[in-house]
Parts: sequence; structure tokens; C-alpha cells
Amino acid sequence: MSNWCMLTLVGTDRPGIVAAIAQALFQGGANLGETSMARLGGNFTVMMMVQHEGDTEALRSLVEPVAASLGLRLHLDPIEAHLHQHRIPDVRISVFGADRAGIVAQVTTALARVGFNILDLQSDVGGSKSTPFYVLHIEGQADDGVEAIEQALAPLRDSGVEVEVQSIETMIG
Amino acid sequence: MAVLEILTYPDERLKQESVPVADFDDDLRARVAALEETRLAGPGAVGIAAPQVGWFERVVIVDVSKLKKPVPNHGYLVLVNPEITAWEGFAVGREGCLSVPDFTGNVIRAEAIRLEARDPWGQALEFQMQGFEARAVQHEMDHLDGLLFLDRLVSRRNDLFRRKNHQ
Repeated sequence: MSNWCMLTLVGTDRPGIVAAIAQALFQGGANLGETSMARLGGNFTVMMMVQHEGDTEALRSLVEPVAASLGLRLHLDPIEAHLHQHRIPDVRISVFGADRAGIVAQVTTALARVGFNILDLQSDVGGSKSTPFYVLHIEGQADDGVEAIEQALAPLRDSGVEVEVQSIETMIG
Repeated sequence: MAVLEILTYPDERLKQESVPVADFDDDLRARVAALEETRLAGPGAVGIAAPQVGWFERVVIVDVSKLKKPVPNHGYLVLVNPEITAWEGFAVGREGCLSVPDFTGNVIRAEAIRLEARDPWGQALEFQMQGFEARAVQHEMDHLDGLLFLDRLVSRRNDLFRRKNHQ
């Protein structure tokens, strides 16, 4: 069981999708690794590391009927994957402000310039249709420390969005 | 002295409640030394509890004095029969554990605690602790009651993090 695939599903959200897909995979002898599901704009989205003895097409034949019956689009990529490879983030960045185009691009470009490695990113739009606000949370590794991140993001603060940079001290005990 | 084997989850023994230390003797101090040697052999652990090495008595070691970014601390602490007598505030922080390899998660702990314990000679100790050190002590003391940080995980979503005030 060494073949890993990244399985991606997208479609209109409804209750029971994860159960139906997970059951189909389990019954077909596949094994799940790390997974991440999110509801984005009313859409169901999930990415699953799936381990399967057969090739990608064998896996597709397992999932395709269930996905189709739920109205989901399926995507499969063979991947080189390993479990037990977690990296521990040492910086958390929170950004929020009145929604406008370009917040994610500006923040992540500034972070990339100082070599910041994003390990987790989530963003959301709240507020009302007339006055939406944007919230962005990022966790990752900063080789050059929090100060470099602060400096890189300072111009964003001047442009009217709130930026909070916190170091994460993971307590190992 | 040898580095002791660390029990790792899902070893059932980690759920066992530990009993108070009755004898403050050379055997206790020798066991504490082995426990500390085991802590230092681990990857950057700031604490260790006796049950993590299969010793089910109420003993923990905490030392947050060697962090890259210094935090308020009381140095190297051996806490025998520790009791938390007061809690104040709460904070979310990321934790990992020698007994839970390759996994870290967010846990809510009291921000400040008052702590009573004995040292390995039976002398009474009392501390007022805060922040990272208080978190480490609470994490280690959980082991004495058969709890891991996995028992206290909160969502990985970030909405519980409190905003610091800018000057």
C-alpha cells in the first residue's frame, strides 16, 4: 500500500458527503492520510491523502460513481507523500480590514520576500454585502524572526488593514 | 544513568493516575536524576512527568529557563506532589509532548497559577507562575492524572486568539 493520491472534490455542499466518500474509499480498501475539508462560498471542498494498492484509475473507479451521485467534481493526482512530516509553525499572522482586492496578494508577497514559509492559510469574508470585511489567518515558519515579518508587513498597516504578528512558542513537555 | 524509555500514545499506561510520593529518600532523588536525563535527551522538552517513563508517582520536572526567547521563570524545578491552589485567566497556546510524537495542537490553560509542592528532600515549595512556565506545569501535572494535551485540544481555527493591545 504505497501509492498515495491527492483526491480533490468540489461541489454544492450538502450533509453526508464526507461520510459517503469515506465509506466508498474504506469499502474499496483505500486508506486515508491527512485531510482538509472546508466550505467555501457554499461549496463543499475537500482534499484527502488517499493510499490505495491500485493505480489512479482503479481509485477513480472507486470514487467516481459516489462523487457523481452527489454532484461533485473529482480530481486525482498521484503524489509523492509521507506521513509524520509535520513542521511546527513559529509565527501567526492575522490580518483584517475593509474588503478590497489585493489583500492576500500584498500580504503573501511581502512574506515571500522575507523567506516566510506558509504552512496554513485561511481567509474569509464577513460583514454585509454593502460593507464586507476580509479576515486572513496565516501560520508558518519565519527563519528571520518576528521582527522581519513585522517590518515586511508594516506598509500594509499604513494602508488601513489591521495586522497582528505573534510568535508561537510551542511548549513541548 | 540511562535514558529511560518514554511511553507514547496510545499506550494505555499514560491514562493511569499517579500516587503521591511518600518517601523523600535517595531512591526518589536517583529516579528524579534519571527522569531529568531523559528529558534532556528528548527534542527540546521543557518538562517531563514521571508517568511518561512508566513511574506512576506524582513527580514532574519543569525548566523554561533555557528558551531562545527568555520568559519569566523559576529555573530548574523538581515538583513532588504538586498542587495548584489558584488559577487566573486563560490563554491559548500550542503544545507538543514527548509522549505524542509528530503532533502539536492548541490548548487552553490558566494564564497564572499558584502552586504548592515539595522538593526531593520533602521541603515545602510555593510559587506564583505565569505564562509559558505556568503552561508547562499544567501540562506536566495533567500527566499525573492520566491526561494528555490531546484531551484538551481546541479547534485549529484562530478565532480564540486574543489580540494584544498596541501601544
